Amino acid sequence: MISNKINRKIFTLLKVQYSNMLEYRVEIALWAISGIIPFFMLNIWTNNNLNESINISDVLLSRYFLSAFFVRQFSVVWVVFSFEEDSLMGKVSPYLIQPLNPFFRYFAQHLAEQITRFPFALIIAFFFFIFNTESIWIPNLGILLLSIVSTFLSFLIQFLIQSIVACLCFWTEKASSIERLLFIPTLFLSGLLAPVVSFPKYVKSWIYLTPFPYLIDFPANLLSGNETNISGGLSMQILWIFLLFPLFKKIWSEGTKKYTAMGS
Amino acid sequence: MNLRKYLKVYKKFLHTSLASELEYKTNILVDLITAILSLVGSIFLLSIFFQNNGYIGGWKFEQALIIQAIYTILNGITNTWFNPNLTEIVKHIREGTLDFVLLKPIDSQFFISLKKINPSGILEVMLGLLLLFFCIKINQINLNLSFLTLSSITISCSICILYSLWFFISTTTIWFVKTWNAIEVLRSFLYIGRFPLNSFSFSLRIFFSVFIPIAFITTIPSEVFLGLSVLWKILLEVIVATIFLITSRKFWLFAIKFYSSASS
Repeated sequence: MISNKINRKIFTLLKVQYSNMLEYRVEIALWAISGIIPFFMLNIWTNNNLNESINISDVLLSRYFLSAFFVRQFSVVWVVFSFEEDSLMGKVSPYLIQPLNPFFRYFAQHLAEQITRFPFALIIAFFFFIFNTESIWIPNLGILLLSIVSTFLSFLIQFLIQSIVACLCFWTEKASSIERLLFIPTLFLSGLLAPVVSFPKYVKSWIYLTPFPYLIDFPANLLSGNETNISGGLSMQILWIFLLFPLFKKIWSEGTKKYTAMGS
Repeated sequence: MNLRKYLKVYKKFLHTSLASELEYKTNILVDLITAILSLVGSIFLLSIFFQNNGYIGGWKFEQALIIQAIYTILNGITNTWFNPNLTEIVKHIREGTLDFVLLKPIDSQFFISLKKINPSGILEVMLGLLLLFFCIKINQINLNLSFLTLSSITISCSICILYSLWFFISTTTIWFVKTWNAIEVLRSFLYIGRFPLNSFSFSLRIFFSVFIPIAFITTIPSEVFLGLSVLWKILLEVIVATIFLITSRKFWLFAIKFYSSASS
């Protein structure tokens, strides 16, 4: 009975958000295009033969960057920007009255957007294969499923981090600038611009303790068939989720206590 | 001439927008840290590219740093003027407030392009200048009058091209209403400006010189700094910048003919 109700809630939320996102197809297509930076990076790597020094062949490297593109496409998070706008406009108050944590609404929004984005990402990948026919590969089913799981876990980690930042909106008006600050290490250390194996030793010694390489590098290595520690990577991802979730719950309950609606 | 009037109006713009921005002092600090980290990140990425190679696309590490410096200066200018103002066009059109701009006895493009200022971008420009002076020192560039004129001409042309690109895309909002993401696409392409053009493959080089002239924006000024630039390239940049400025002006005048205010 209860699980039935929850199922219905999830289904309705997703349906509403999916039809909402379908309205903005062009915008989402443009957003998908704006994620093609990994391909430019690949061009620098192969055009200057930089990959010889890290012992990755051209084909494997191009698969890596294509996978990085895919992982990035399905782990983009923007909850802090939506939440900031809603809280500045006073839209959070009605959400708080509802018997549902507003972050479920944002979560459904992200999932719906990913479904909308999927065909565009496929089209971009199709064009990539036209130009790089030799890098076509079909990962086996098990690997494919594992990399979908790890991409989803990466999305969850980023969603939790950003939700924690978003909760800072209860204290400050410009939480999104903190997000822009956090985005810089994510950009450079996650493996979106260069695979983590190519990093110098003094960085590699500590980077695997941070969440960054598990956001893009690990799922992309998994999907592209490059060497990686599957069980280690997955357990680190789950560990980070278990660390971040209580933090989010804490800051959310503190924040809602602090929150005063406009005009109060 | 009403130049004096425009100067007076601009002074008022500066005053009001600085007053409102300085309300968020920590925000400026966070933005400055973001700019510093993003510069450190790109130098880190460059150092990965150079760790086993002496040259990338014919550029040494010290020379490639000049491109980073110029990119940082231009990015600072973008964040100071273009980003806060031109993203506002989208808001004007969605909320119908463009009417108020068009009714004012002042040029609408002037008003829309210079109304706001973001002081943290100026700090980023200074950061870029610091790096540039450091590069001048390590590359042993001797400063003389012709060098100074040429470099300031090329950098001002880059600013004009950059402004026109931003303004052009923001203007399309009049037809498409929501173009946040078109700006994101531009941003991701501009990211290429951090690397020497020669490090890309031939087809991408053509693309970035003909369709989106990112090549002109950072590579040509950097070549001037190194004394590698030939006269025809500088002349070409001046011509391209003029064409871009004139076209973007014409396009704006053409576009506002199609503007129908809200509820009409």
